[in-house]
Amino acid sequence: MRLTDAEKAMRDGAEGAAVARAMDLLIRYGEALGAESLVETRNVCGTVTATTPFMRDFAMAKGGLDAVFSEFNLDSAEVVPVPKVRAFSSHLQLGFDPHHPIEMGVSEQTVEFYRRSEASAARMGVQMMNTCTPYQVGNVPSRGEHCAWMESSAVVYINSVLGARTNAEGRESTSAAMLTCRIPNWGYHLDGPRLGTHAVQLDIEVESVEDWGLLGYWLGDWVQDRVPVVCGVTRVPNLPRLKHFGAAASSSGGVEMYHLVGVTPEANSVEQAFGGRAPVEQRRYGARERGETLARLNAMAHDRQVDYVMLGCPHYTIEQIWEAAQLLEGRQVHTNCALWIFTPRAIKALADRNGYTQTIEAAGAKLMTDSCSAMSRAVPPGTKVVALDSAKQAHYLPAIVGVQAWFGTTAQCVEAACTGRWNAA
Amino acid sequence: MSEEIITIRGRKVVPGVAEGEALVTQERISGWGGVDPRGGTIVETRHELRGRSFAGKVLVFPGAKGSSGWSAQFHVARVMGTAPAAWLFNTMCTKVALGTVVSHAPAMTDFERDPLTLIRSGDWVRVDADAGLVTITRRPLPHAEQA
Repeated sequence: MRLTDAEKAMRDGAEGAAVARAMDLLIRYGEALGAESLVETRNVCGTVTATTPFMRDFAMAKGGLDAVFSEFNLDSAEVVPVPKVRAFSSHLQLGFDPHHPIEMGVSEQTVEFYRRSEASAARMGVQMMNTCTPYQVGNVPSRGEHCAWMESSAVVYINSVLGARTNAEGRESTSAAMLTCRIPNWGYHLDGPRLGTHAVQLDIEVESVEDWGLLGYWLGDWVQDRVPVVCGVTRVPNLPRLKHFGAAASSSGGVEMYHLVGVTPEANSVEQAFGGRAPVEQRRYGARERGETLARLNAMAHDRQVDYVMLGCPHYTIEQIWEAAQLLEGRQVHTNCALWIFTPRAIKALADRNGYTQTIEAAGAKLMTDSCSAMSRAVPPGTKVVALDSAKQAHYLPAIVGVQAWFGTTAQCVEAACTGRWNAA
Repeated sequence: MSEEIITIRGRKVVPGVAEGEALVTQERISGWGGVDPRGGTIVETRHELRGRSFAGKVLVFPGAKGSSGWSAQFHVARVMGTAPAAWLFNTMCTKVALGTVVSHAPAMTDFERDPLTLIRSGDWVRVDADAGLVTITRRPLPHAEQA
């Protein structure tokens, strides 16, 4: 890999031991990829805090939070002091909501360890957004901006919807980028890999959040990690729809970039989306594909009695909280069921101001932040059957906590929470 | 019964030399939500290797999929002692590049012949990433079928 003089100096320790370890990791990672160079980035989203008992034990055994950061963020067995970040850095979601330790099933020691870790991250200069959707709360990259983000649903959103440039980075590479303002110049940082490969023509209108989740889940399963181009979008999808669409496509496959012709910034036309090349494969998406995808997502569910409903994967927008609050107004969550909604801290503050938190809590539901059930492995005690409006959560949660999952609309999920039953198809 | 030995060439992803029993899947692997590093097992609901352990094995797979928590899961697996001994895969992406780098286990890709069709679970595989060489010792079929 070609390195600039500044990068060689970082590697050789001119900026301190942590930066040297960060550059060493980026070089090993770039060479593994087959990248020819690094690219400058000033916008990084990653995870630097420690939330698990495993990491707490590691910190106690090996030398505190610097040891955790050195090993799990820089891949360095040598413990190096953690410096301030140089890139604008946003923190992603956590392994639990520290404001709800009882629901999350975490001990006070774990929360206390996290709070130390959060204070340490804040001292480093990391913005504690604590969400899988930083693009909702003040980090909206420009078109063409080179970024180093992890969190697959956020990666696919900023590449496709905003036209920013990032690969799906990981915990270690984003931490190294925070300290060096560099990331391998590979994949979606380059023009060619951003072009479409697969074409789909919509035969049905794709309108609701559920529709977009199903289309995304179907597409990801088909194209895996390649770049789908969707033709025939009749109604322009808004942020929640695009958020659910990308999250689903990146869960069933590994989609990090897509084009909606006439909607997303690098697809004013089919020709532009494909860069003049022909698609390697073409399919149509109609009622049959939609129905099969819904059946597939619900294949593991058979018990109609629902114990738990989770909304907010990816983290709910204020519009979605507004919708949920309207659906819950004057109703009660069933005594045998629980409803938890997850959103970024900053949006929770807005929901508090607007009275939605009060409406949600008056109905017996909870508005939570920082995490979700899949991230935290936390569901209400005794949960066997869940209902979800997110194809991504429906993909992961059964595997992670061993439950049955029903997937449907937000309204169907709220109905299930209030009746304790899944009555949709 | 004489053992069949096959060698294939590929590109080094992570340096080093290791050997072990092969665990082969034709399906991509999810990291976060797809594996449990505590036992080094695949947990993805519909995965053909669900419940199988990759700890100490030479993992032969098409590539990575799913969440960008991929590297962190295998990083924790390495620290817990449950990571694969070596990695052979076909499709490069950032998840698998970073995950194999932080596992410190030798890894290879870009093979002249497809390891997914040449290697069966239970075969003994030596990965010399530095030399770009994979040596496969075929186990007789009854053993392979049991694996």
